Amino acid sequence: MKQTISVLVENRAGVLNRITSLFSRRAFNIDSLAVGVTDDPSLSRITIIVDNGNSVVEQVEKQLNKLIEVIKVRTLDESTLIGRELMLIKVSANKGSREQIMTICGICGAKVADISPTSMTMELSDTSDRVNTFEDMMRPFGILEVARTGIIALQKGAGKI
Amino acid sequence: MEMTGAEILVQGLLRENVEQLFGYAGATICPLMDALKATPQIRYTLVRTEQNAGHMASGYARVTGKVGVCLVTSGPGATNLITGIATAYMDSIPMVAITGQVPSGLLGRDIFQEVDITTAVSPFTKHNYLVKDAAQLPQILKEAFYIASTGRPGPVLIDVPIDIQEQKVEDVKFPEEVEIRGYHPSIRGNERQIRRVAEVISKAHQPLICAGGGVWLAHARDELLQLAERYSIPLVKTMMGISLMPTDHPLNMGMIGAHGNACANKALVKADLLIMVGCRAADRTILSPSEIQRRMATIHIDVDPAEIGKNMDAAIPLVGDVKVILRQLLELDAPAPDSEDWRRQLKEYRQAELTRTFPRREGSVFPGTVLRELGRQLRDDAAVCVDVGQNQIFTCKYLPQKKGRLLTSGGLGTMGYAVPAAIGVKIAQPERQVVAICGDGSFQMAMNELAAVRCTGMDLKILVFQNHTLGLVHQIQKTEPYHGPVGVDLDGSPDFTVIAAAYGIPSLVLDDEDRISETLERFLGTEGSCILICEVHPDVGTND
Repeated sequence: MKQTISVLVENRAGVLNRITSLFSRRAFNIDSLAVGVTDDPSLSRITIIVDNGNSVVEQVEKQLNKLIEVIKVRTLDESTLIGRELMLIKVSANKGSREQIMTICGICGAKVADISPTSMTMELSDTSDRVNTFEDMMRPFGILEVARTGIIALQKGAGKI
Repeated sequence: MEMTGAEILVQGLLRENVEQLFGYAGATICPLMDALKATPQIRYTLVRTEQNAGHMASGYARVTGKVGVCLVTSGPGATNLITGIATAYMDSIPMVAITGQVPSGLLGRDIFQEVDITTAVSPFTKHNYLVKDAAQLPQILKEAFYIASTGRPGPVLIDVPIDIQEQKVEDVKFPEEVEIRGYHPSIRGNERQIRRVAEVISKAHQPLICAGGGVWLAHARDELLQLAERYSIPLVKTMMGISLMPTDHPLNMGMIGAHGNACANKALVKADLLIMVGCRAADRTILSPSEIQRRMATIHIDVDPAEIGKNMDAAIPLVGDVKVILRQLLELDAPAPDSEDWRRQLKEYRQAELTRTFPRREGSVFPGTVLRELGRQLRDDAAVCVDVGQNQIFTCKYLPQKKGRLLTSGGLGTMGYAVPAAIGVKIAQPERQVVAICGDGSFQMAMNELAAVRCTGMDLKILVFQNHTLGLVHQIQKTEPYHGPVGVDLDGSPDFTVIAAAYGIPSLVLDDEDRISETLERFLGTEGSCILICEVHPDVGTND
């Protein structure tokens, strides 16, 4: 089962390395990992998606907590989290296909980020499922390149970790 | 006041009450060595290979309760130290390792003796630092000692580029206290859980305590014995906890595990309540955690929450400082369980183990027989450092414990630990009787450290069980699915009496069962150091 772990860490060189080396050393699998600074510039938030059993996730949490530079760790409840992923997708496009692509963009809420005589690049920020759907819809046009950020997530409501 | 990075380091070490360093000098650590030259309060022991600086610091830390400190140069100095650090990490020994590093401006260019040591040691250090600015050194040093010695102790490495050691800093301020927002080890156990534990203990009929190295780390031996005695609970020990309870204590059931005492393992199987105190339930200790969980209630007391549920789920977890938790439990003064039948039953198992007769072979001695007599002759508070292999298993199983210490590399199983660790103990406590016990394999991994024995003229007794093979591997290879011993004969080993003589250390040879007692008396009675070589038959196994 996929689970989302939100980790607040010191915003310092080498911290990400400690986190990833912990995962490899303890044989935990990472599905995706996204990191960025928070409103407090001394803190970064790392959102990690893991696909392991519950007991493994509990061990992941405990081991993360042991790292000195980890401030807080929380496994987010799937039913009450807002998770988003940003995708940039470049597809082949010409006069004949542009309109169809635009229609799908409209349905899925994607924006056109770049256009050339033979290609279009779209951006979409949404749940991973919907990002996947959009990617599937683009496949028939000929995907040239895809870049995805991995999920970032927060808990719904006013509470914070 | 203006100070160099090296001077800050020395001042910081003094402020942490460091009196002893173990190390190996090299180019990138020269500024710090130079600053130490003017600081006679801090003694320095030169090892013969860096790994042993870690082991000496470990022995020193384990008997003093202080942080052991080692100091090596960059590159190979740092990589050689890795085994010492990993050994300390697995046994949760408080240690600070300072490594020299190439100039910070040249980091990443693969220059002479450069190695990325902080990344290399990150899986087995509690924390580590690569210092980029000497002004941060006072804070870093304070944090390093705090992290190494609190919560679940462990090694911390500080990598200091040579230019940072030379960097001048104005207005240096040393922090008195340290606050790290991501580090708050638990101290007190949850009161509700404590009451639950006391209730469960009172209701048990066949309770058993399993105590490990965490009890030593928390300085909680007295509390542990009080708990066992107050509630009349028999006690088994892991290898790291072996000397927690004297062998002749009526509640002592010996060591559990793959190589443990039969009586201890029988007790473990038959208990209805297992109270684990400062132990990890690792694979060699508790062979089938799922079986234990199915059969009995378990309580797990540990300072590290990650240990609870890692190898074995506990019905009642209790996180905090072991000493504090045991005191909390003692304060509750709950009724003792009705365990008389259980204790009587266990006593029979124990008696069978203690009166077990060992085999005899012409021209050699049996380790168990030697160790029983050695234990009889040792002083009450003697410290014994034992290596890894058959010598370790025989010692843990059969050396009678009194009120002293037994130190070994339990977690990592590092051969060559005993001699340097014993040197560390002896340096910390020169008056204490200290014995290192090795096999002929492990002795050859560390016998270069006899130099430290020689140059200090210390009184260290070294007992080598010589069976001309890597005994434990030999023993494993003789069982299914393997096809017999291979690659384990210690051909080409030197005559250890000649080695001893080369270092100016007297030696004795023992190969006659009838002369064990008198030879040990001569060995222990020798003024200064002495090496005793005990001839053991290569076919001797730890279950004989």
